[in-house]
This record gives sequence, structure tokens and C-alpha cells, in this order.
Amino acid sequence: MKSTLFNMVAVLFSVTLIASAGVGAVNMLTVDAIAEAKALATTEAVKNVLPAFDNTEDWEMEIDQMPVKIYKALSADAVVGYAVEAMSKNGFGGAIRVMVGFSTEGKILNVNVLEQKETPGLGTKMCDEGNVLFASIKDKNPAHMNFSVKKDGGELDALTAATISSRAYYDAVKRAHEGFLVASGAKSEADGVSGATAVADDAAEASVAEENVEGAEAQEGGENE
Amino acid sequence: MNKFKIITDGILKNNPTFVLVLGMCPTLGTTTSAINGMGMGVATMAVLIMSNMVISLIKNLIPDKVRIPAFIVVIASFVTIIEMLMQAYVPSLYAALGVFIPLIVVNCIILGRAEAFASKHGVFDSLLDGIGIGLGFTIALTIVGAVRELLGSGAVFGYSLGIADYMPLVFVLAPGAFLVLGYLMVLFNKLAKR
Repeated sequence: MKSTLFNMVAVLFSVTLIASAGVGAVNMLTVDAIAEAKALATTEAVKNVLPAFDNTEDWEMEIDQMPVKIYKALSADAVVGYAVEAMSKNGFGGAIRVMVGFSTEGKILNVNVLEQKETPGLGTKMCDEGNVLFASIKDKNPAHMNFSVKKDGGELDALTAATISSRAYYDAVKRAHEGFLVASGAKSEADGVSGATAVADDAAEASVAEENVEGAEAQEGGENE
Repeated sequence: MNKFKIITDGILKNNPTFVLVLGMCPTLGTTTSAINGMGMGVATMAVLIMSNMVISLIKNLIPDKVRIPAFIVVIASFVTIIEMLMQAYVPSLYAALGVFIPLIVVNCIILGRAEAFASKHGVFDSLLDGIGIGLGFTIALTIVGAVRELLGSGAVFGYSLGIADYMPLVFVLAPGAFLVLGYLMVLFNKLAKR
């Protein structure tokens, strides 16, 4: 077709109009299905990180200005565990969201990475079965650990060539544990939010470990992921 | 024109990665493992086939001087639509390939084929070209990914051989991508010339 001004304007206008109408229409068709799929994924994740349960009580809170969702799992009115959804903004490629299952005593039962944008083949290994990150916290209570990676003087393993991703993973798990402490009543919500004063002994150790993590973050940069 | 040859050309004579050297950004970025490379290849192929067909259909309606912006709008819309459909109806596939989908918009293979092939040929030929180039891209990325995965993390398609500690990690990192791609390109062109 000839490139007259009218032709060009008219064709570009109609192409963009049709394309945006198409995208809009598909969006309208899929928006509910996407929300449903996401909700289903969350329920699946809760089931995945906890022993069998009948129903959950869930609520939300904020720790360090980041949302933390608690799912308290009940089986015949007895608490069987807590699933906590938390996030970290320190990932190499952006935010990392995890679902962590805690037993009633605070042991980590399972971790499910819900969302991450790490480098494929390096940081993404955090999602694999039997990765070193999960292996080093499985069945352990974060309150009784020096909760930072070995490079920062802690006792946790990091993924090879993905130290920043590993730190972010532990950062998210750490935040989930704080959520768990608040949810299980070991720490009041106000303390949980500020992260400053600790009530229980466990929590005191936890906040020391947290300072370690923060100190380490300050000297980040210039490293492989 | 021999229809079958359009497909084989896409894989061999016009292989997008080894011969045309197009789409290097996703090639280097996503081939840390064979399965990632394959995922990127398949997602690109899906978009390429559709955009090729649509562009060959509307090629006579678009004034020459604004064809590139028109193509880009068509491609970007397809990518967005595919992303939303995948997210809604096959969330497990989206979880695996989701990170690659937005990368396809900026993949110059798609625009390159729209410009070089689809805007000059009929719908059916453009469909075949999309399949051929898509397969060529998928095969190339899978090979690059497999070599990097084997050399860098001692695994084949995610199955660990238990030799990861002895392998040079550099092959999973960016410099290894250039090394592997360069040597594979030499090898491919040597073999293809025969």
C-alpha cells in the first residue's frame, strides 16, 4: 500500500486499536482464571508445607513493611502447624516469595518458593528438590541457629555462584519465622513489626541472628549473584 | 517452491543461532541448562508461527514506511495474549516458561522473519518458515544448553551425574556461554558446509 500520510496514520491507528482491543478482551476473559489459578497455587503450597489438616485460619500482618500471611492449620481444633508466606526484596532479579511450614514448636517442615526471578541455572536452584538451601534448614528451628550464610559467618550453606540469591532466600525464611513467632504467641505483633525488643528467649537469639544478616547486607555488591 | 525445503532451511541453511546469529540475548541468557534452552525455543516458536501467519495476511494492507511499528505491535500483542492464556489455563507450564515469555518481544528473530520472509510470502509458506526457524532455534538452544549444563554442572537434562564438583562452573556463567556458543558455531558451520 502507498505510504501517504493518511494511509500511515490510519493503518497504524487501526493496527494498535485492534491489537489493544484483542489484548483487552483476552485480559477480561482470563483475569478471573488467573486469580483462581494463583489462589489454587497458594492452597496447594500450604498443603505442601504442612502435615495433613482439616482447615486453616488465615490472617495478614506486616513485618519490615512487607506483607506476611499466616495460615494456621487446624486438625480437629488442635493446631498442627503454621504455614507462613513471606517475601524478601533482596533477590538478584527482584522479589522472592516463599511459603514456609513450621511445626508448632517452630521447626521448619518444608519450604516452597512461590515466586522468584533469579538467574536460570544459578539462583533458580532454590526451587529444586533437595537443594542445599533447604537441606541446611530442614527440621531445624531458626531461633536456635546462627541464621546467615557461611560467607557471613553463619552456619547456612549457599548455592554456588548465587550468594545473593541464597541470602535473599534465607531473608524471606527468616521473615516467615518472625511471622510464626508472632502467630504462635511467642512474640507480640508490635514487637514483630519493629523487630527490636524480644519477649521470649528464642526470639532474643533470633534478633541477634537477624543483626548478623543485616550487617552482612551492608557489605554486599561486586560479588557474583 | 519446495515446501519441505522451507522447514529444513530454517534448521540448517538459515539456522537462526548458528548461521544468522540472531536472538543472541535470549540464547546467551537462557541456556544455562538444556531444559531452559528448550523452553525458550518452544515459546519462541509458538509466537513466531503466529506472528508470521498474521503478518503475511496483513502485509498488503500496511504502508511500507510504517511496517516495522505495525509488526512490533502485532508481535507484542501476541506475546501478551499468550502469556495471559498460559497463566490462566496452564499455570504449570507458565511456572516453567513464564520468565521467558516477555523476552520474546525483544527477540529479533521474530521481527527478522516478519521482515525477511512473512512480508514477502503467502500464509502457508510463512507458517512453514515459522516452524522451520522455530525448530532451528529450539534445537540450537537445546544443544548449547546441554553442553553448558554438562560442562558446568555435570548434569544431563537436570539429571545429575554426580560429578558437579569437578566441573568448571564458568560454563554456567556468562563467559562460558560465549565459549560454548563460539565453538558450536564453528562446528555447525564446518559440518553444514559439507
